[in-house]
Formats: sequence, structure tokens, C-alpha cells
Amino acid sequence: MSQLDLYQEIAPKGTIEILKRLAQKISQKRILHINSTKLGGGVAEILRSLVPLLQDVGIEARWEVITGTEEFFATTKAFHNALQGQDQHFSPAMLQNYIAVNQENARHLSFDADYVVIHDPQPAALIERRPPKGKWIWRCHIDISRPQRTVWNFLRQFVVRYDAAIFSLPRFAQRLPIPQFLIYPSIDPLSDKNRELTEEELDRIIKRLRISLEKPILLQVSRFDRFKDPLGVIQAYRLVKKHHELQLILAGGGATDDPEGESALAEVRKAAEDDPDIQILLLPPDANLEINALQRVANIVLQKSLREGFGLTVAEAMWKGKPVIGGFTGGITVQVVYGITGFTVNSVEGAAYQIHYLLDNPEMIAKMGQDAKEYVRQNFLITRHLGDYLALMNYWER
Amino acid sequence: MSAKQIAKHPFLFVGCWELRQMLGLSARDEQQFMEAIEEIPLDSIYYHTHSFLLRHRYIAGPYPNDFATWAAIQVRDRVLGEKLGILYPYDFENLDSLRAEIVKIIGQHLSELQIIPRVIYGEPFHFMQSRIIEVPTGLEARTLAEFREVLATVDVSVIYYHTYEAILRLGRTHGDFALWIEEQLGMPDLANQIAKLDPYLTSLESIRHRILKICDAYWEKGGKNEPT
Repeated sequence: MSQLDLYQEIAPKGTIEILKRLAQKISQKRILHINSTKLGGGVAEILRSLVPLLQDVGIEARWEVITGTEEFFATTKAFHNALQGQDQHFSPAMLQNYIAVNQENARHLSFDADYVVIHDPQPAALIERRPPKGKWIWRCHIDISRPQRTVWNFLRQFVVRYDAAIFSLPRFAQRLPIPQFLIYPSIDPLSDKNRELTEEELDRIIKRLRISLEKPILLQVSRFDRFKDPLGVIQAYRLVKKHHELQLILAGGGATDDPEGESALAEVRKAAEDDPDIQILLLPPDANLEINALQRVANIVLQKSLREGFGLTVAEAMWKGKPVIGGFTGGITVQVVYGITGFTVNSVEGAAYQIHYLLDNPEMIAKMGQDAKEYVRQNFLITRHLGDYLALMNYWER
Repeated sequence: MSAKQIAKHPFLFVGCWELRQMLGLSARDEQQFMEAIEEIPLDSIYYHTHSFLLRHRYIAGPYPNDFATWAAIQVRDRVLGEKLGILYPYDFENLDSLRAEIVKIIGQHLSELQIIPRVIYGEPFHFMQSRIIEVPTGLEARTLAEFREVLATVDVSVIYYHTYEAILRLGRTHGDFALWIEEQLGMPDLANQIAKLDPYLTSLESIRHRILKICDAYWEKGGKNEPT
């Protein structure tokens, strides 16, 4: 059995056959993905699933990672923040170092491929060393809808030399002289974060986390960050608590290297301190099974972000058959179909109202959860992601 | 004709995959929206009115095209949403005439208003275009039983390709399914029932389900020749 066949019963009916046919036309083509890390972060998580699947359907897929100095990664982190709209300062030396590190990496990497996909800004300047053969694609995973202009203009000089760009949402598109494609990110239904759990596994994890199942569970999984609005979640929970017995779990990664994150967490702890029904879980970055289990025992999942990139935690929760109440921002708006797979809201009151509505109508929780899972199956699984890459290659091979 | 009638030419099932291309063009109010619709490539009109259904395989949207959905949901102008929502793309000879009608509807609507409705809390409209990649599945049918069996299991893009794409591609009034059943199996009644399905107001899964039901009812009426 091929690796892709493992998705046969999970992906929408007939999809695996379509993927195999799509791949036939471009069999033996070589695709090279380049990013800046093998571990951690959404891009590495996707490539870890996507690259083996590309190989499985007959594409010669490779994944390379660039290396860099501390100064380089500090600069690219600042790029990241500036592209997402934060004010950052860049000295000429920082920009020169960025180009120099890319040039150094180019000396060691082999670009011998029919398609080279460069992920995010860190390796974007590798384009300067592109060989005459092969299509080069810049795959941007971050929200660049309101970038700091000086940084975007610097980066743009590289981006325009690619054959195409890929963004995760239509609003991230820029005025560029190259084709821009939309490819949503995806979740892998066979990864630890999303796979089915046995009753014993679920039970063991829930006991270890000391979660009580006596009261309905509201859950938000996210970093402790003001943009994720954990205080708004607590306020919404309190508004509903007047009418319903329930508990709130806020689960997320620690923020020890982020002073702002630490103060956000302190605020959340303070807001929750006198309520035994609010549980704050600080999870390590590899707590995939724990997140999986929490999403499975929750009754309603919240993602009440004020600002969001794509927010794949929404698709993860929907995949476990849970309705999601999410902030009307970023990729949450394309994952939540209002009134069908959950609700998008613009305020604390809106979130409270929809939680209240769902708790009053438990049959709606089940129905929406079922539709949510089906919606993810159709739109946000790794199989769809694979198909988008195969379609893109087919498009150029016509 | 028997349900086991064998077609001279088999039905070849073709699916498709939509590559979504962004134009980098957006509208925040209905005036910009109308002006952009006047200028965008026809592939973008196609994306927002036809292949819309390919993106709503399982859940039908509130309105059957992106233009109506944006006006009603994002601008909160339900009047324009309703006017655009009722448009039936196959009433138009081609995408150019569909574009002209959309522009006319928005223009008339704006002429009746004192202010131009715009997005306040919602999302701007982002113009996109479709790149449809044909994918022959390698599956074929020579009898109605085989046709039903394959249709029940293929990727739902096959339904899209042989109904919506076929009508647009071949300029015919019916999709490929009805045409083949009539011409190759000689079953005009069944073909007519399938041709009458309004594919535009539902999801692709629902269309699949309805075609299968029609085939089953056809067998039941005949009382024999059950699908194998």
C-alpha cells in the first residue's frame, strides 16, 4: 500500500484516484522545497507530510533547509514582523547580511530541479542564483496584507524575479507582475495532532492533564498573545456562565522568550484566578497528542482572535467534529461557514451569544460539528494541498 | 430499451482540479466593484459565477455566486445580494453577456441610492480567476448500471466537469450525462430527468445524489434490470 492510499478512507470520495492521475502527467518531474527550518512551525509541519506524499505519487521531491547566523535570523524575524505590519528598523548592514547569507547558502545548495519552491522571506534572495532552467515559485505563508513598505519594497525586488507567487489568502495578494496563486494551508489527518485516538489514549491524556468532563468544555488553543484575545474569551465565558454550567480551558505554548507573551499570560492568570472552572494549560511545543485530546473532549472550540494569519487550529478543531466560534479575521473567515460549521464574531458579546445558543441547542453542536468535519475534509486536508501543487505543475506542463 | 443497453461509445469520466489565481485587485465599495467587473478577464467572471460550485462541493453557499454573496454578507446590502443571487448563468450566451448583465444590475441599483454601499466590518471583494486542469479518470461506462456504479464513487469534480463545464465548453443546453444517456443508451426519459436538474442552486454532492436517485427510480419503474 502506498502512503497516499492511507488517506483513501479519509479524503473525499475519489480524490486519491484524481491525485494519482494528476501526478501521472508530471511523473519524474523534480520539485525542490527550500525553507529555513526542519523543526517547529507550520511550514515544516506541512512539508514533513507533503514531501513524502509528492515522492509517493512519482514526483522527485526534495526538501532543503538554509542555514544562517544569529544576525541573519534576527533580521528575518524582524522582516516577518514588519511584513505583518509592525514597525521595525533595518540598517544597511542587516540587509547586506541577509543577502550575503543567501549567497552563501546558494553556493552549497543544488538547484537542479524543474520546480523550486522557496518558502517565506528567509531564503527569498536565493533567486539571485537561479539557474536558467526550472520554474521558481515564492511561497509566502505569512500575512502581508499590510506590510511595512520599506521592507516589502526590499523583498519585492527578489519576488518579482520569480515565475509565480503563492499566498494563503486572497487578501495577501500584492500588485506584482507575476502570477499569484491561492493555496490554503492544510492539516494532516494522520499526524499526532489530528489522528483518531483510542479511548484508552484519550482517557490517559485527559487524566494526565487533570481535565474533568463533568461540565461542558469551552476550549481555546493558542499562544498566550493579545491578538488571540484570551481575555475576551474569559469575558465571553463569564457572560454565558450566568446561565449555563460550563468550564473554560485555555491551552497554549509558553512564551518564555517573549516578554510581551509573558505579560499577556500574567493578565490571563489574573483574570482567571478566582474561578476554579477556568483552567490554563501551558503546553510544550510538541504537545500534539494533548491538543488532539483536548479538541476531542471539548464541546465548543473558540478561536476568538483579533488578528490571525490563517489559524489552522480552527481546521484542527473542526476535523474533530467541533463547531468553532472564531473572530472575524484572517483565515478564520474561510474556515468557518457562518451558521453551518460555526460562527464568526466581532465582539465578546457576539461570542457569548453564540456559545449560549449552542449550549441551549446541543443538537446544533452535533450537526455543526459534523458539517465542520466534512468541510475540512473537502478543503483543508493535506490531500487537497498535494493536489494544488500537482495542479500547478500540470498547469506549466500543458 | 433495456437498462442493460450497451453503448457503442463509452462514457469517459473526466474530473478536474481548479487552480486559483489571484488578480491582486479588490473592491471596498459597490462602485469599485462594478468598475472592476467591467474590466476583469472573463476567467474571473467564470471563477466567481461558475466554478464557485467547485468550491462548495458539500455545502451550498447562501447565494449561488461570489458577487451576490459578497454584496449580501460583506457589504450587508441584501437588496443587491438578492438581485445578483437570482442570476442564472446559463440564460446567457456567453460570459461577456453575463458580465454585461451583472454590471447593468449593479449600475441600476447604485442609481437608486443616495450613498454608495461599502464594506465597513466585512471583507473587501478580492478578484480571482480559475485555471481548470482537466483530469481524465481512466474510468468508463458502457451501460447504465456501470454509469451509476462509477458515478457513485468518483471525485465530485467529475460532476462539475460534465455538467457546468460541459454546458459552458460545448455551448449546449444540457450536460454530458444527459446527452450520453440519450444518444448512446437511447433513454430520452431518463436523460430528460437528469437534464432538468437545476445544478446551479445546490451543491455538487447533492447533484450526484439526485442523479443516482433518478437512476434508481428508473430501474424501479422498470421493475427489473437492477444495477449490478
